[in-house]
Amino acid sequence: MRRNYHLLILLFPVIFWFICFFLLPLISVLIYSFIERGTYGGVEWNFTLENYARFLGLEDPEQFDTLYLRILWRSVSTALVCTAACLFLGYPFAYYLARYKPKHRNILLLLVVVPFWTNFLIRTYAWILILRTEGILNSLLGAVFPNWGPLELLNTPLAVQIGLVYGYLPFMILPLYAALEQLDMSLLEAAQDLGASPRRAFWHVTVPLSLPGILAGSMLVFIPTVGAFLTPDILGGGKVSYIGNVIERQFKTARDWPFGSALSFMLMGIVLVGTVLYFRALQQSESEVT
Amino acid sequence: MKRVLEANIGLVYLFLYVPILVVVVFSFNSGEQISVWEGFTFGWYAKLFEDAALWRACRNSLIVAGVATIIATIIGTTTALAIERYRFRFRTALTRCLYLPIIIPDIVLAIALLTFYVQTRIPVGLLSVIIAHCVFNIAYVTIVVRARLQGYDNTLEEAARDLGANEWQTFWRITFPLIAPGIIGGALLAFTLSIDDFVITFFTAGVGYTTLSVHIYSLLKFGITPKLNAISTMLLANSIVFILLFLRFQGRTTTSQKQEA
Repeated sequence: MRRNYHLLILLFPVIFWFICFFLLPLISVLIYSFIERGTYGGVEWNFTLENYARFLGLEDPEQFDTLYLRILWRSVSTALVCTAACLFLGYPFAYYLARYKPKHRNILLLLVVVPFWTNFLIRTYAWILILRTEGILNSLLGAVFPNWGPLELLNTPLAVQIGLVYGYLPFMILPLYAALEQLDMSLLEAAQDLGASPRRAFWHVTVPLSLPGILAGSMLVFIPTVGAFLTPDILGGGKVSYIGNVIERQFKTARDWPFGSALSFMLMGIVLVGTVLYFRALQQSESEVT
Repeated sequence: MKRVLEANIGLVYLFLYVPILVVVVFSFNSGEQISVWEGFTFGWYAKLFEDAALWRACRNSLIVAGVATIIATIIGTTTALAIERYRFRFRTALTRCLYLPIIIPDIVLAIALLTFYVQTRIPVGLLSVIIAHCVFNIAYVTIVVRARLQGYDNTLEEAARDLGANEWQTFWRITFPLIAPGIIGGALLAFTLSIDDFVITFFTAGVGYTTLSVHIYSLLKFGITPKLNAISTMLLANSIVFILLFLRFQGRTTTSQKQEA
């Protein structure tokens, strides 16, 4: 009885905070997404499905408008490319690091963690200095090739993609490293003793065993990038729209909160579906290994 | 094969550090251009001291991060204790739910809080930002303190109780000192995340309550000057101090755990 009483005291603050400032706000967006926009930027308290219809392009029955679906697809595909690029760069990196001399390994790992602790805004801003027309990259290339015409890199989808990979690469490397570091090397030796080539051993032993790390890293990269607002805003210069920017505009400039709320809910839906798929895949990979 | 791996390591480190170095180098550039080198100067740093708006933003950031860290550290620690020390019915479900605020995209959390504040007529100012920061910071502190509690020896507490200490004494004399490095580590992480947060602050702060991140964002949008390089370098230096502190406490965690084992 006394123990229950203690547990209640320990859990009360977090449950209070979670319900008041997480659950209720989510319900509040849900409500907003089903009401009408007012004439002067406020809201009218009438139930409507119009916000979702507009997102799906069904607002005008005569004409199917895919504008927002295309923007959503751009966000999802950019996030997928970003995840793949992080995996491609991060996997060999984590693989090598996990086998490095333990003495230097921690310093090398620390160097991956430092960007995680530094301001995201500043790390994104740094790419403006590099990519702009008078930036570092163009002046370097101009010095090497005398008749180099400056590349317009800033404010392009490529700049956004680079910024996203840069911003989230540590989130991929750390879980991959954690998975690869625990890998039992004797399993690889066994595979090779049994006649598997190093390549075969890698694909049939190392990769399946590090799958939990691959999945966790992919989740940690995909989720923030699909809803990214800052990177496209700064490096894309608002020229290319991503779902995060469209949501921001509904709240900051267009003042169409109900539509912005509906978009947020769709974004959250995608992320939650991704999370469920992740847990499924994780369970499957664990049951296959054991 | 080894060559390829080594080249990849080098490339990744270049990729991670060249942008940061560029900002630091150009903060000492005397020209008006942000990325064309003209000469060495400390001038931009001197200008920072005269910038009243910047210092106001700094003060707001410190207030928000300070208060949010204290609240989140207390709540995160009690949560971690409850999850690690007790077995109760909805334990797994509760643990998963607690991490939701850091799983959903931050723009969704920001907008959820904004619409909630408007509907409940909670004024948007610094308090609304502090509340918002606690939402994600509680989750992070819980993760760090739980990690500390997992590698720890229950027999010490049992011994204390056998020797006649009551639960309150046991907690403050045994449990707290043992998990203190985890709590400090969690607090440092929370403080850093809070100072660095832009998206959630941007939506939940009222007009006139600019924090450092929001101030930097408006500089970025409406007039990039080399001063921004100097501000960035100061913030980078700050982050490095914090990460070293964090590692000091985490390092103590691992060494003392090894000693226990």
